Amino acid sequence: MSAMDWQAFALSLRLAAVTTAILLAIAVPLAALIVLGRGRWLAAVEALATLPMVLPPTVLGFFLLVLLGPRTAFGRGIAAVLGHPLAFSFDGLVVGSVIYSLPFAVQPLVAGFASVDAALVDAARLLGAGPVRLVSSILLPLARRSLLAAVVLSFLHTIGEFGVVLMLGGDIPGATRTLSIVLYDQVENFDYAAAGHTALLLLGLSALALVAVYATSQKRGEAGRA
Amino acid sequence: MLEFSLDSRRGSFHLHVECTFASDWTVIFGPSGAGKSTLLRLLAGLDLPHHGRVALDGRALTETAIGLRIPPGRRQTSLVSQQPALFPHLTAAANVAYGLRSLDRPACARRVDEMLDLVGATDLATRRPHDLSGGQAQRIALARALAPAPRLLLLDEPFSALDGVASDALLVRLQHWLRESKVQTVVATHDATDALATSAEVLLLRGGRLAALGPASDVLAPERERLLSRLQASQE
Repeated sequence: MSAMDWQAFALSLRLAAVTTAILLAIAVPLAALIVLGRGRWLAAVEALATLPMVLPPTVLGFFLLVLLGPRTAFGRGIAAVLGHPLAFSFDGLVVGSVIYSLPFAVQPLVAGFASVDAALVDAARLLGAGPVRLVSSILLPLARRSLLAAVVLSFLHTIGEFGVVLMLGGDIPGATRTLSIVLYDQVENFDYAAAGHTALLLLGLSALALVAVYATSQKRGEAGRA
Repeated sequence: MLEFSLDSRRGSFHLHVECTFASDWTVIFGPSGAGKSTLLRLLAGLDLPHHGRVALDGRALTETAIGLRIPPGRRQTSLVSQQPALFPHLTAAANVAYGLRSLDRPACARRVDEMLDLVGATDLATRRPHDLSGGQAQRIALARALAPAPRLLLLDEPFSALDGVASDALLVRLQHWLRESKVQTVVATHDATDALATSAEVLLLRGGRLAALGPASDVLAPERERLLSRLQASQE
């Protein structure tokens, strides 16, 4: 593998790690709100959080490109604050990745939190637990497999994203060129040997992460049966 | 003193009860589906009535007319239901300590020991809920509910998993402790023998409505007769 590929590999890992950390900070309270909250408007919140899952990545990338670019007041405002436009930058990729992978973090957590016995939630509330303590001391420990699934899915989904990255970030080495873009470039240049290596690296990364998740689940299952 | 006037609908079920409990031990008696658990949840603040008011010692806890709803953890009210609902990832002692965040560590440990001793479960402190029997879990749930020193204790058939002798012994010890600690207690049960075991004030609930309120000997006289006739019939 060439030096350029390693740079793209490191950038992909950095993008996935930053995106996953931000997603957790957003998805945990959002999932708790969806599960514990009351009101019909929560259905709209959940639908909005799931929308990126069904939206074509190129469509999302296009909207973000326009929104974050110099054509809108919002994009110009961001550029004034940061000193550079968000489009075609690593920060812009992070914004796009967070929105694109949001359902992959929220959905497992919603399913995990919803599976916690409502009687336990009532008991904690009766003992004075507010929303933050309820989530940190009851929901998260009891839904830790869902938390792990949310982390792995968000990370892998970001590593493998292509459409949003290409539309929003382009192909700037060291700034926005991720492994998926490298693979595209290699195929476009008929460099199938290098493309094979890149594809194998992406495949290995995904398989390794999934094996780690299932191994952890299996270990917990055995501990539970013992 | 507990005063409440509650109107709540869930599906086709309509609960409408207006009452004042002055006694320190009151039994809500009624068949399954009479609305006992619904009433306790409304008193605990877990559910909100369509209309109504709940006041404890003159302090309003729920008052829909002015949009007042003090959250469950701040009403000085504990609820123990038939299902112990112990936190499965915590030991019995950690379950009891869950509501004691305001205490420092030594005071918390002392309170946990005191509560486990009260319910006869000191030997269960380090066990996890999945290692406890139904009766043991109910004892821990009771200790957990009493630990934060509530003013009002709501018990929803909490002794259903205990055998008769253990239940009677615990009940005697508990009643003595609750009286000393000035905790007003409301027990919901569909078992007439449980209701008759104490010289309590009894609220008879039928179909979500108050059917009678008074001393157990008066309100449960028909139930007592029915139980006696069944006993006589079984001896003949």
